[in-house]
Amino acid sequence: MSWLTPMVMEVLIAMSQALVILLGALLLGAVMTVVERRLLGLWQDRYGPNRVGPFGSLQLVADMIKILFKEDWIPPFADRALFVLAPVIGMASLLLAFMIIPLTPNWGVADWHIGLLFFFAMAGINVYAVLLGGWSSGNKYALLGAMRATAQTLSYEVFMGLSLMGVVALAGSFNMRDIVAAQQGLWFIVPQFFGFCTFLIAGVAVTHRHPFDQPEAEQELADGYHIEYAGMKFGMFFIGEYIGMVLVSALIVTLFFGGWLGPWLPPFVWFALKTAALLVLFVLLRASLPRPRYDRMMSFGWRVCLPLTLINLLVTGAAILLLAPAGT
Amino acid sequence: MSQTATALIAEQWAVGVFVLAVLTLCVFTAGVASLLGGRSWGRAKSLPFESGVVGAGSARQRFSVKFYLVAMLFVIFDIEAVFLFGWAVAVREVGWSGFWGAAVFILILLAGLIYDSRVGALDWAPRRRPPGPAT
Repeated sequence: MSWLTPMVMEVLIAMSQALVILLGALLLGAVMTVVERRLLGLWQDRYGPNRVGPFGSLQLVADMIKILFKEDWIPPFADRALFVLAPVIGMASLLLAFMIIPLTPNWGVADWHIGLLFFFAMAGINVYAVLLGGWSSGNKYALLGAMRATAQTLSYEVFMGLSLMGVVALAGSFNMRDIVAAQQGLWFIVPQFFGFCTFLIAGVAVTHRHPFDQPEAEQELADGYHIEYAGMKFGMFFIGEYIGMVLVSALIVTLFFGGWLGPWLPPFVWFALKTAALLVLFVLLRASLPRPRYDRMMSFGWRVCLPLTLINLLVTGAAILLLAPAGT
Repeated sequence: MSQTATALIAEQWAVGVFVLAVLTLCVFTAGVASLLGGRSWGRAKSLPFESGVVGAGSARQRFSVKFYLVAMLFVIFDIEAVFLFGWAVAVREVGWSGFWGAAVFILILLAGLIYDSRVGALDWAPRRRPPGPAT
């Protein structure tokens, strides 16, 4: 075993940790599809899926088998290349963003200085999945859905970055581990409450979740941008949405709720518990809020959230300088 | 080989494997259905779905984007946000002089935003019709 030097061992361990994160994210996204239906059932006084397996626990397996054996249909009126590319972009960009999230002090894929900026980049690329998917379908509903997705992007991307800059200013770094380490005494949700509120809104909009699901509003657009998608390509959009949910939950936990920090329990357990709580919050939002019109949402983003994040950043900067010990 | 260099190499390998695994997974999921799925044909199947009625014209037509003005403003404001990213990460290093610079910049941004809002650049939805007999 001469090749198995300590360095090779470390590389192999890092690689397997990365793969575990990827599979964990994917599995959690898939499980959330069923958990969400059960929770919605609970809140709407009905059962939800409860027939397959004990308490509906095997519903996921049944769904996977069914969707994999559906016809892989590309409409003759669609733009073939873009039509196939769109769901791949949608799923891959969100999965790649998991690289920057540290699960425990020494378990995360990439410990980059640009950390948070990488998430902004991937969230920006993810928009193209909806745009290209909606346009290439060659369907009017899909076109309208893509147009609404554009309007939505214009309204939340402008303040998404700024809403997190208060956190970055407090931690003095884009690196996710530095940000968690800076929350040792106080979670950032306390000094950055407005940052948290605006990022939660932007995060829900990134994933096109209710109440920001105008691009796929099924009551108006009969499913919007993915109306012509079938089988596993639709499944990729669908799973991508839930992966986005997991991603945004994990990000909010890392940025505002102290990541793995917490007493008594091991770091990973704290991280998992906090993420699970935020995932339930996502479902609760869907269960309780109506859907606004999309020009109202745009107006809200520009007239309320953007000024709020700008002022929040300015006040945060002033507070940091006022509270900083002199001479440092 | 120092400790940090080894950690760096391990991290780069992990990132490489992660990216490769994500791409493989996505291409595989997009492609596997064409091998597993069935095939069927039908007359109405190759028509765009329009809630069950025969479609009127294709979707490749000129479409008015009413919020084009907001889109132009978005480009400006988004680029200006990038300057603030740089300030946010260096708040402590640049101190009060940096703060006043950023404050002036943010106030100009806010003034621009209020101006845009007052001249109606952000209002593109049709006005609500006054109540009256339906025409």
